[in-house]
Amino acid sequence: MNPLIEMKNISLRFGGNQALSDVSINLYPGEVVGLLGHNGAGKSTLIKVLSGAYKSDSGQIFVEGSEVKINNPQDSQRHGIETIYQSLALADNLDAVANVFLGREKINGVVLDEDTMEIEARKVLDRLRVKIPSLRVPVSNMSGGQRQTVAIARAVYFKAKVLIMDEPTAALGPEETQKVGELIKALKAEGVGIFLISHDLHDVADLSDRLTVMKNGRVVGTVNTKDVSEDEVLGMIIAGTTPKHLANK
Amino acid sequence: MNQTVKPASSGSSIIKTVGAIWSWLFLAFLIVVFEIWARLSFGQTFLFNLNSVQSILMATVQPLLLALGLTFVIIAGGIDLSVGFTVGLASVTAAQVMQSLNSSLPSGIGLALGIIAAILIAMIAGLVNGLLIARLNIPPFIGTLGMYGINRGVAFILAKGTTVPVDNPVNSALGNGSVLGIIPIPVLITLIIVVIMHYVLSQTKFGQYTYAIGGNKQAAQRAGINVERHTIGLYVLTAALAAVAGIIYTGRFTAGAAQAGEPTLLNAIAAVVIGGASLFGGEGKVVGTVIGALIIAVIEFGLVYINVSPFYQFIAVGAVIILSVLVDQSRRSVVGS
Ligand SMILES: Nc1ncnc2c1ncn2[C@@H]1O[C@H](COP(=O)(O)OP(=O)(O)OP(=O)(O)O)[C@@H](O)[C@H]1O
Ligand SMILES: [Mg+2]
Repeated sequence: MNPLIEMKNISLRFGGNQALSDVSINLYPGEVVGLLGHNGAGKSTLIKVLSGAYKSDSGQIFVEGSEVKINNPQDSQRHGIETIYQSLALADNLDAVANVFLGREKINGVVLDEDTMEIEARKVLDRLRVKIPSLRVPVSNMSGGQRQTVAIARAVYFKAKVLIMDEPTAALGPEETQKVGELIKALKAEGVGIFLISHDLHDVADLSDRLTVMKNGRVVGTVNTKDVSEDEVLGMIIAGTTPKHLANK
Repeated sequence: MNQTVKPASSGSSIIKTVGAIWSWLFLAFLIVVFEIWARLSFGQTFLFNLNSVQSILMATVQPLLLALGLTFVIIAGGIDLSVGFTVGLASVTAAQVMQSLNSSLPSGIGLALGIIAAILIAMIAGLVNGLLIARLNIPPFIGTLGMYGINRGVAFILAKGTTVPVDNPVNSALGNGSVLGIIPIPVLITLIIVVIMHYVLSQTKFGQYTYAIGGNKQAAQRAGINVERHTIGLYVLTAALAAVAGIIYTGRFTAGAAQAGEPTLLNAIAAVVIGGASLFGGEGKVVGTVIGALIIAVIEFGLVYINVSPFYQFIAVGAVIILSVLVDQSRRSVVGS
């Protein structure tokens, strides 16, 4: 089986800072890959290359086996890749419906088809089993968890094959974090592949099938979650070395 | 962290409702006060008089045309200080084109070419604003302040430092004619533009993207909206509407003048703010702006009508701006977030 996503030998330099060197990583359908590493390790930069926010200096990206060029967010979306950011993902002054459809509104001639968009948004949110009392108030009035759900609904509605979540729970309380965890499991069951970045080792280990650890712009190693202890993962993050018997590509 | 939408208590829901319609109430209040005053002092009606209504609406035309474009720009988190002199630039351009074609072409065609030239030159000025802001990342306040100076200079140079008289009957009819002797043509033109702008802002993708950019530029970008192109479009639109104001001025006074829109900028921004738009972006409505412009026009006309020194107009309008922002803030703190 071809991986859903394969990033090969990606390098990217910001001025004198080699943010990514020769990074390779892949993702299979229905799989969650956790990305770990210290601040500045290059996690966000790597997934921004995939979501079209940055362009790599060298390297290749394959989607379901064929090479693609991703030059902007639209390219990425066109290949079924959706990104959920910890913050700054929603337009706070707009309501949930507008945010779910932002940039891809349904129109009737030139007029926004508000009714259809509201019905569709409601359907997705129901599918995600999330209660949002009114879809027609600005999302600034919603809780962090509800807002994150709106962002996820957006990805689900547009049939993401690949979901990138960069610290999706960093601003959330324990209950809401758990809710997002449930959403991740539900999406995984539907065959969506997910890259999950988080500083909470516990969280990531809980949800991920594999873990990729990065340090100073390089991949330290990729391991199956069930084969490692938390201490071993911490060792990879801090020391930057993979125990030989655990290495897995 | 867990703030959900709280049900508003009855007290705060009153403030909310009043906050939402306060500008309507305030406009009605002003009209009632002037009406009572006029009746008591001179035994005359203020509002129930075609002349008064026409005068108020004519006074609303220019600030409202500027304010409509500014509503979009301000919702998107920008500002355009150059529009006042875009009016003058368009006015002088229209006048020069009409005058130079006066002997060779019929008046109607001369006017049409004058209008096209005025709108084009204004759109170029708007395009420069847009490029400075969206492409070169110059803050809107600074970029459009620079263009304020440039438009001003170019307008005076084109006018050779004076007003440019226009001898074109169709042009004069455009500025001074009326439909059925009731609705002045400039008012009719403005009304049509108001309806279109309201529709564009509230019902189309263009409007939706304007709000999204003002709410969260980065989110808009990530959602695949071409923020740069949209921003440029907003400044071009604003300039084109300013050109319409300049063309109407040229018709009304049968002359082009570089300073045609100079005194209007502040009133236009005031109209947008009184209408409930946030200078931080993300909020505003065309209907609010229309009410804001009417409030200013009623204050100005009303004070003249009841013989108050015109200098009090400035004070009154200034006070209303401050009041509107205060009302808006208390409404926000009740709605909360
Ligand atoms: N736009 C940019 N311009 C210059 N340098 C950048 C840019 N984006 C990231 N970097 C640099 O690239 C390196 C990797 O940053 P990145 O944001 O990918 O780290 P991260 O692993 O996501 O860290 P964190 O856990 O703190 O989010 C850092 O040294 C960072 O300063
Ligand atoms: Mg990061």
